[in-house]
Amino acid sequence: MSDILLGRLDASALPWHELAIAKTGLEVISGIVGLTAALLAVLGALLVAAALTWWRLWGPLWRDWLTSLDHKKIGIMYVVLAFVMLARAVSEAGVMRLQQALGLGGGGIVTPDHFGQLFSTHGTIMIFFVAMPFITGLINYVMPLQIGARDVSFPLLNSVSLGLTAAGAALMMVSLVLQPFSTGGWSGYPPFTEAAFNPGAGPDYWIWAVTLSSLGSTLTGINFTVTLYKERCEGMHLMRMPMFCWTSLCTAILMIFAMPPLTVATGLLALDRYLGFHIFTNDGGGNMMMFANLFWLFGHPEVYILILPAFGVWNEVFSTFSGKGLFGYRALVMATMCIAILSFTVWVHHFFTMGQSADLNAIFGIATMAIGIPTGVKIYDWMLTMYKGRVRISVPMVYGIGFLFLFVLGGTTGVILANPSIDYQVHNTLFLVAHFHNMVIPGTLFGMIAGYTLWFPKAFGFRLNDRWGYRAAGLWIAGFLLAFFPLYILGLMGMPRRMVAYFEGAWLPWTLIALTGGALIGLALLCLAVQLTVSLRDRAALAVPVGDPWDGRSLEWALPAPVPAWNFPVLPVVEGRDSFMELKKNGDHLDRPRDGFADILLPRPSMVGPVIGAAGLVAGFALTWHIWWLTVLTLAVIVGAMVARGFVRDTEYTVPAAEVEARWNAWRALADASPRIRRRDEQRPANRGHAFPAAQEGEA
Amino acid sequence: MNRRHPGLNLGEAHDSANDDAEKEVFGFWVFMMSDAILFGLLFATYVVLQGNLNGGPGPAELFEMPSVLIQTVLLLTSSLTAGLAQLAMKHELGTRRIVLWLLISLGLGLAFLTMEMRDFLTMTSKGGVPQASGFLSAFFALVPLHGLHVAATCLWLLALLGQIARYGTDDATKTAMLRLGILWHFLDVVWIGIFTIVYVGGLA
Ligand code: HEM
Ligand SMILES: [Cu+2]
Repeated sequence: MSDILLGRLDASALPWHELAIAKTGLEVISGIVGLTAALLAVLGALLVAAALTWWRLWGPLWRDWLTSLDHKKIGIMYVVLAFVMLARAVSEAGVMRLQQALGLGGGGIVTPDHFGQLFSTHGTIMIFFVAMPFITGLINYVMPLQIGARDVSFPLLNSVSLGLTAAGAALMMVSLVLQPFSTGGWSGYPPFTEAAFNPGAGPDYWIWAVTLSSLGSTLTGINFTVTLYKERCEGMHLMRMPMFCWTSLCTAILMIFAMPPLTVATGLLALDRYLGFHIFTNDGGGNMMMFANLFWLFGHPEVYILILPAFGVWNEVFSTFSGKGLFGYRALVMATMCIAILSFTVWVHHFFTMGQSADLNAIFGIATMAIGIPTGVKIYDWMLTMYKGRVRISVPMVYGIGFLFLFVLGGTTGVILANPSIDYQVHNTLFLVAHFHNMVIPGTLFGMIAGYTLWFPKAFGFRLNDRWGYRAAGLWIAGFLLAFFPLYILGLMGMPRRMVAYFEGAWLPWTLIALTGGALIGLALLCLAVQLTVSLRDRAALAVPVGDPWDGRSLEWALPAPVPAWNFPVLPVVEGRDSFMELKKNGDHLDRPRDGFADILLPRPSMVGPVIGAAGLVAGFALTWHIWWLTVLTLAVIVGAMVARGFVRDTEYTVPAAEVEARWNAWRALADASPRIRRRDEQRPANRGHAFPAAQEGEA
Repeated sequence: MNRRHPGLNLGEAHDSANDDAEKEVFGFWVFMMSDAILFGLLFATYVVLQGNLNGGPGPAELFEMPSVLIQTVLLLTSSLTAGLAQLAMKHELGTRRIVLWLLISLGLGLAFLTMEMRDFLTMTSKGGVPQASGFLSAFFALVPLHGLHVAATCLWLLALLGQIARYGTDDATKTAMLRLGILWHFLDVVWIGIFTIVYVGGLA
């Protein structure tokens, strides 16, 4: 039944298929839910396309964004991608919460198969297409500015990474319309995902979406690492880098080492599925445990890839909004590196129950608990950073304080799980689900939203509305508590994860509470959307063009907002930690560069990134549906694009010194015309981004 | 003299080219590191699965040592000639000489691939297909991936020759050659692993 032209793609992939063959009431409702989701995705895409056409934005989108090699624009595009995918994955979570609230005694709104697709796409998207793009975007935007660089080391590679990541995300969206997706969860364990049990397209969607993303992240890791080693400005010794850069470095190194295991795992699974290999099969001499080991050899470092950049943001947030340098910089650097190294020594804790010896479990259990120590060091350092500081409860600080409390609780439950004999009781129950959401939401996601709030004015030149920001933060925290704390209890009561229906009445109250929490999180997301709209409307009053709205400490705050394409008019020279703060105290930050201005070389836009991304998406799609001619064609396009790029010599353009100087003069005039504001006026329209250093406020 | 990359001979006036070469070569080493992990994990998979013959043919029936030895010699020699191409670049012996050594390396690489393909075909004709057992699956996941790397490197070499034809040995082709060389030698190292662990280990 395989077609030359369309492979195994046929009418049963269409989104109304489930509805068309529905027999029971549940199947009808489930079909409607699936069809609605597909229609929403298509409608969203059409609306965006229509808007772009109406406002004639296709040209600018292509020229100024998609083909741009500017790390700042690439960073922004990553964050936009993360928010779009967040909206989808949160909606799916809402459906799952509703299902579990209604699922007592069977019934509800989705079939078991549909439910399986929901938790698989939800997990896959949240990890690979929300958290990863978000951290990659923030690091991309902020890190080169903090180390005083013009760009990352390999701007083209950066654009290719974005293309690959976006391709994976797009493949996830396609799977919403041409169904089905995998039902094997975000970790896609064989033998369940082998062709013998799951011959359909689902697991293949998962394989290729994840593979595209992991290739993109490997390249990103390489790029960031080289950037941090080679592009630091004069005087920016490693031990003078802002902590965010340190956590970026450790994350990037983790990416280099941890993404290949994932690529190997998905690649070998693909060999099993496509060519009948026996690597992870339970017949023919395969060994499923290889997959568990490979996957978690990636999977555990991955959770630190997700949390370390957030730790980096928390460093910046706590010290900026306490008006103090970080407490225990050295200890924080050491702790970060310890965590990065230890994260490779604990992967077995994800399968304590899968048959290795008790001794081995004990060793990995102890190693796991050990990670709590450096993490604890960090928590104390942050609290001591606030101690006796001039603490302002800004929006990022609300998230930050929520993070401190909640993250410690989540870490504690991690240590509980790290005890193998306890883990036997609660492994794969909702207790585990509560644990990791307790780490990822208050840790990573709050950190990312705090970072977004902190650096938004840098990127766009105006602050985000505070009132809606506080609302969103409050709802996130309350929503999180209500949605996930009941899961601890449910887990202890014995409710397994990934359950579509149950017959234990005592679970019902807790699933209802969790549903309420889910609703609050939905509202929190809505508040973020309103916040953005309101801030756009009021951008004149919120403008901070001088660029230092929070009395920042590191180099990015020395630049105008938004930052010009060339970042620094003249590459800076730094003499210590918190370099910008030092300059500001002496009032030197407004000085004209001593040696004047020079021409600046910047990378020219290139279509290689979007072309490889688009070809990657089509290749993933063609592989999923066994459309071989298209697979070959798209792979040829990718190779062709790389070969052709090798022949391009004219890869840079010059920004004349006069232009740089004019821009600097304009900024200087603006700074002179703007009042230097004190911290108590931070949230008022008077804040034009010209800060009075907190260190001197007492004196003046 | 500011020669951070003595292999390159970029000269004093090429400071920014030196900087670029430095980060490109460093970046490539880092890339090799992640590739090394990829291979390392496939080696591990092979070691775990090599005993799972599932009633199918084993190493003794399938491996042909003489052919593998010739392949080893071909590949190691190609490393030598690739190195000679770089020496020709360093000592500025002229584009002709560089191209000549590169072509010889390419020829050796292609010869290696041909012999390897022939080996795979004989293996499959004896029932040594990847579908037969865990051992063969792991073998065919590891060894052909190395072959694929060699093939891709040959393609890159061709593209590079095209660039040399078009632009001569400019800064970009020089750094590209440096990176290509790293990959070429790296694939040799991986092959030595395959030779030892898969072939010698399998027959021992
Ligand atoms: C002190 C720190 C931590 C400890 C001791 C710890 C411990 C554990 C243990 C033992 C498990 C496996 C439980 C089981 O499967 O039965 C687990 C799962 C998990 N943890 Fe943690 N963890 C810690 C921090 C984190 C952080 C920081 C994150 C993410 C930001 C995280 C994310 C996850 C995820 C996603 C899973 C489950 C994946 C799955 O099975 O789908 N953990 N953790
Ligand atoms: Cu873990």
